[in-house]
Amino acid sequence: MVLVLLEHKDGEIKKSSKEAASFAADLAMSTGEKAVGLIAGGATNSNELGALGIEEIFEFEAADYLDSQQWTQVIEQAYQKLQPTFIVLSNNSLGKSIGGRIAVRLNKGLISNVIQFKSEESKPIFRKSVYSGKAFAWYAFQSNEGIISVMPHGYGVFPNKNKQVTASKIDISIPSGNVKLKERNLLKGKTPLTEADIVVSAGRGLKDPSNWKMIEELADLLNAATACSRPVADAGWRPHYEHVGQTGIAIRPNVYIAIGISGAIQHLAGVNNSKNIVVINKDPEAPFFKAADYGICGDLFEIIPKLNEALRRAK
Amino acid sequence: MRLLVCISKTPDTTSKIRFDADSKNFIEEGVQFILNPYDEWYSLVRAIEIRESIGGQVDVIHVGNTSSDILIRKALAIGADAAFRIEDEASNSTSVAYQIAEFVKSHPYDIVFVGKETIDHNGSEVGSKLAAFLNLPFVSFCNHLEITNNIAVCSMEIDGGNEIIELNIPFVLSAAKGLAEQRIPNMKGIIDAKKKPLNVIAKVNVENHSELVRFETPAAKSGVRMIDPDKLDEMVDIFKNELKII
Ligand SMILES: Cc1cc2nc3c(=O)[nH]c(=O)nc-3n(C[C@H](O)[C@H](O)[C@H](O)COP(=O)(O)OP(=O)(O)OC[C@H]3O[C@@H](n4cnc5c(N)ncnc54)[C@H](O)[C@@H]3O)c2cc1C
Repeated sequence: MVLVLLEHKDGEIKKSSKEAASFAADLAMSTGEKAVGLIAGGATNSNELGALGIEEIFEFEAADYLDSQQWTQVIEQAYQKLQPTFIVLSNNSLGKSIGGRIAVRLNKGLISNVIQFKSEESKPIFRKSVYSGKAFAWYAFQSNEGIISVMPHGYGVFPNKNKQVTASKIDISIPSGNVKLKERNLLKGKTPLTEADIVVSAGRGLKDPSNWKMIEELADLLNAATACSRPVADAGWRPHYEHVGQTGIAIRPNVYIAIGISGAIQHLAGVNNSKNIVVINKDPEAPFFKAADYGICGDLFEIIPKLNEALRRAK
Repeated sequence: MRLLVCISKTPDTTSKIRFDADSKNFIEEGVQFILNPYDEWYSLVRAIEIRESIGGQVDVIHVGNTSSDILIRKALAIGADAAFRIEDEASNSTSVAYQIAEFVKSHPYDIVFVGKETIDHNGSEVGSKLAAFLNLPFVSFCNHLEITNNIAVCSMEIDGGNEIIELNIPFVLSAAKGLAEQRIPNMKGIIDAKKKPLNVIAKVNVENHSELVRFETPAAKSGVRMIDPDKLDEMVDIFKNELKII
């Protein structure tokens, strides 16, 4: 049995969890096991989970907020009851805060931030990106069991399976926590950068924060999230949570559009795993063009308004 | 307040990444190592700021061999009071976390800081494993920390926002951008650092449950396709028919 932790928000299973579910289903298929989901009560959508390849769902009752020790208890007790071989999590903010803790508590291995697996010498091996996107590493568990956290956008969501889902309750007693939640602030109506499929990012080439209007317009037209280079966030032109790169966040969207960003190695470190990169820069020697799939060389102040116009026409 | 900052070394991002013939080992020769930026810029500086405002002791700990001493001295020059080095290869996150936990069990601290990840393996594993070995709460991706009367109020980065939480000491924290501002060591710091204690501790072994199969370098991009800035309809066409995003 491969057990996947499913998180939901406002009754919807999170995209990062759907991705973990797809990974778990494919892994279960390759090892001849069954993929099952663990979810906090009330959010099971059987059709959706069946399409992702989940065959059985276990629902537990929990408060809205659990700290990392409480989450670990949930997984530990589910493990004791279900005895899965592999436990799959998303390596999103929750996965990062509990992955290592679960591994220690269950005395098992953890392979984190995985983007792919394959079978080699009759056991699964797992691939992750290392050295800031400049290399990959394949890891294996010493025994045929362990914990895997899947990189957001690293694997993909594949709702093409057709399983019948059975749902049942699982009894988990959650101890009182050591952490008190005082506030949770979520950006309203915006897709978190790590979950965005398309990202429009801009750098110092924009010259002034007031010029971001056209960038936001482009992002709106493409239904994309916005990001920026570090100097732009440091100067306070854009909020810090938009900063991508070695010292910001690492993302792996389907399409990354870089506008007026030179493509310094520290910037690339956070974005070079993107599936498609489009670069708009006036300098033909800008290093970003070497990492790009599509490039437009020219003045962004002319190109972006024209591109927005062309997109509006195409809609 | 007793504060411990875990520091790791990592290749500078501009380093050339090479592996040996059987793709199992990273070639360190010719590589410039730096203190992991999350440890140096955020963890260490915030710990020093806390000492400056409410008093206490800031120690740093590192798992590695003597070649790291120069980096440990830098942490002392920035303002740590004393350093500990566990004489072992930092071969995996379990062993690093376990050995630091063993040290902390005999030298209790109020807050143990790690960086949110190292910039080489980007694993983000040591902090949560360390917290588990110590059976302490873990504040992950902390970008703001205030302490009053042994109660901490922290802001944690979560997907698409942040959470403000409150908890008592002791705990383990992983530092993210925003927790503090980088400090450059000054001349006095560098001179003082030479006199500060750097204690070497013997290693302890622990079982690891996963192993590296091999490294791999990515295939080179096939080359960029340039689009004429006067023919942006072509870009729109690519969005529509190749990338299928509109
Ligand atoms: C330890 C360390 C960590 C770092 N971490 C990060 C990180 O996480 N993320 C990050 O982004 N950076 C990081 N940096 C900084 C990085 O090295 C670069 O300095 C930074 O990415 C440059 O930002 P930029 O491309 O926006 O600006 P610049 O390098 O100034 O580039 C601006 C680009 O805009 C182009 N441009 C200007 N005007 C126009 C126009 N009118 N039309 C079209 N193009 C135009 C220029 O040709 C140029 O290529 C780090 C640096 C260090 C030392």
